[in-house]
Amino acid sequence: MATTPTDLDALVAQKYQHGFVTDVESDTLPPGLDEDVVRAISKIKREPQFMLDWRLQALRHWHTMRNPDWAHLKIAPIDYQSISYYSAPKANKDAPKSLDEVDPKLLATYEKLGVPLHERARLAGVAVDAVFDSVSVATTFKEKLSKAGVIFCSFSDAVQNHPELIERYLGSVVPYTDNFFATLNSAVFSDGSFVYVPKGVRCPMELSTYFRINAANTGQFERTLIIADEGSHVSYLEGCTAPMRDENQLHAAVVELVALADANIKYSTVQNWYPGDENGVGGIYNFVTKRGECRGANSRISWTQVETGSAITWKYPSCVLTGDNSVGEFYSVALANHYQQADTGTKMIHVGRNTRSTIVSKGISAGRGQNTYRGLVKVLPSAEGARNFTQCDSLLMGDRCGAHTFPYMEIKNPSAVVEHEATTSRIADDQLFYCRSRGVSEEDAVNMIVNGFCKVVFKELPMEFAVEAQNLLAVSLEGSVG
Amino acid sequence: MLSIRNLHAQIGARKILKGLSLEVNPGEVHAIMGPNGSGKSTLASVLAGRAGYEVTQGTATFMGEDLLPLEPEERARRGLFLAFQYPVEIPGVNNAYLLKAGLNAVRKQRGLAELDAFEFLQLIKDKMKLMQMDESFLSRGVNEGFSGGEKKRNEILQMAVLEPKLALLDETDSGLDIDALRVVANGVNSLRSPERAIVMVTHYQRLLDYIEPDYVHVLADGRILRTGDKSLALELERRGYDWVRQEASAA
Repeated sequence: MATTPTDLDALVAQKYQHGFVTDVESDTLPPGLDEDVVRAISKIKREPQFMLDWRLQALRHWHTMRNPDWAHLKIAPIDYQSISYYSAPKANKDAPKSLDEVDPKLLATYEKLGVPLHERARLAGVAVDAVFDSVSVATTFKEKLSKAGVIFCSFSDAVQNHPELIERYLGSVVPYTDNFFATLNSAVFSDGSFVYVPKGVRCPMELSTYFRINAANTGQFERTLIIADEGSHVSYLEGCTAPMRDENQLHAAVVELVALADANIKYSTVQNWYPGDENGVGGIYNFVTKRGECRGANSRISWTQVETGSAITWKYPSCVLTGDNSVGEFYSVALANHYQQADTGTKMIHVGRNTRSTIVSKGISAGRGQNTYRGLVKVLPSAEGARNFTQCDSLLMGDRCGAHTFPYMEIKNPSAVVEHEATTSRIADDQLFYCRSRGVSEEDAVNMIVNGFCKVVFKELPMEFAVEAQNLLAVSLEGSVG
Repeated sequence: MLSIRNLHAQIGARKILKGLSLEVNPGEVHAIMGPNGSGKSTLASVLAGRAGYEVTQGTATFMGEDLLPLEPEERARRGLFLAFQYPVEIPGVNNAYLLKAGLNAVRKQRGLAELDAFEFLQLIKDKMKLMQMDESFLSRGVNEGFSGGEKKRNEILQMAVLEPKLALLDETDSGLDIDALRVVANGVNSLRSPERAIVMVTHYQRLLDYIEPDYVHVLADGRILRTGDKSLALELERRGYDWVRQEASAA
């Protein structure tokens, strides 16, 4: 009569839509990691000495570290010597100066991903710094931005053109000693994005980067640095997709945000990397360190993430609230379907007086997915009047998935007010039946209910992204009814 | 329109319907009454396609089509509507959004164009006036934080929007005060038409003062034991159900 388990199993088997490989000749370093590789990367990028020194320090430190094992994740051992640490699309001698010079195949790839790189981008008011494997291939809207004094470029360009900013801020939020993956990234990162918004400037458009992993067996080590000078505002969007591969690919990125006094940074991520197939084969290891520091008084950093992809996600976008009255926010939707594993959350470190933080986490588990929220709220003795509100909800679909919550609190100041709310629920059969008895199909009903569950987070996303996030969730959940 | 013959249904090993037969024609209003646990709500659930019920014998056809193999949404799209006894809360899902999705699915089935947001808003605002519902209702979550009366009014509002051929009202009167009952009954009465049939499941004769049935059936022990006109309801009110059972077993 109604739904049987076999229907569900069939429905759960949905395909990854972005699985295609672009056939471009790559300049790829042979697999392996030692000081020569680090020197080679630094040389390819024509970096100043301070960069090479920093990378080498990181590498030496990394050799003293071990893979972290505290997360609620099952990770197959990674052979770091079998990874190639640099892969760049073969340049036509020099980097392309305009879109016309960009390899049409790359552009076609972006078309398939729906990246608005052409005129549509201007209409949408989005500037795209497209990272293809490791080198930025096209940057749009530079002019409009530079008129406002905003620097938005690839990390490599920033190293060449603004070394003083790099030297001053690189590693100032996430030091090269921070953790195993951040340290590895510090040694071998190949490119990424750089943003500097000068004093008092409101960035005239949303800044957007699509990261994409393409070549097989290539680790992707991105590094993003965003500096919002006093009184400035910037909103940054990050979307990710990767083609289908059988082997797990490592992605160990670092994002550092610095908000000076009265500055405001909004960082939104929609992550749709290849999650592996329905049997748990393949998929991206997404081991990312994201941290922002509200360095100045009255500053604000807001993280919003929609994590639907990757085989394993290990990611805790955090805020260090140093400036008095500064505000940190974390809004998250994380989905684990099939054999996906997600261990994600945030850290809110209250240092300054009257600092406030908000954490809203929505975890969705389906199939055999394992979804963990891990969060730390730390109030230092100096953080007089600190406040935190945490809401942590889990939604389960089916009976083979898992939801786990590990909230940590370290409160060292008695004036702090910290609230924590958590719920775990299941998509109830009677909710589904109710929708269906109104004529809505089972799949649409699931999407409706899940989107309703995530609504408070989606509201935080910029409009275009909110729609994309909803669609993405629908695709990722196709038929996972419980 | 609806033809049920010798229907047997059970939950797990528990047999609930034991040979129920019922004929409903367009334009008719039927009331099904009966003691607790007689199978009234089971009948409504089986007809609407709720999971967990197993039909072991008998048939149910709707508009000449076998109803039982259809998914719940397929039944709804063909014009069958169930007003829930306990409407379900769905947090975060907008009332208007669910209803628009449902209406457009129904319209598609009927070969009509989908309504856009603007047309839908016009339609639903008219219907909301009928049910005396506040406009803030549109932006609230489905039944989220609704009072008992609001939930029941919402059910009839949905019926008014979806314009079903056959409406099953499962104890729509339960939990309503007299004013709310009047609003709900007015809503239902305004939806009576020669093309539409209504089957009400209820415990109480009171509802029938407001929505006058053409037929009253007594459902007990999983079967319809007696059928009459509205005077039967008054008799049940006076004498209870036992005499119906006794007469049925004597016969």
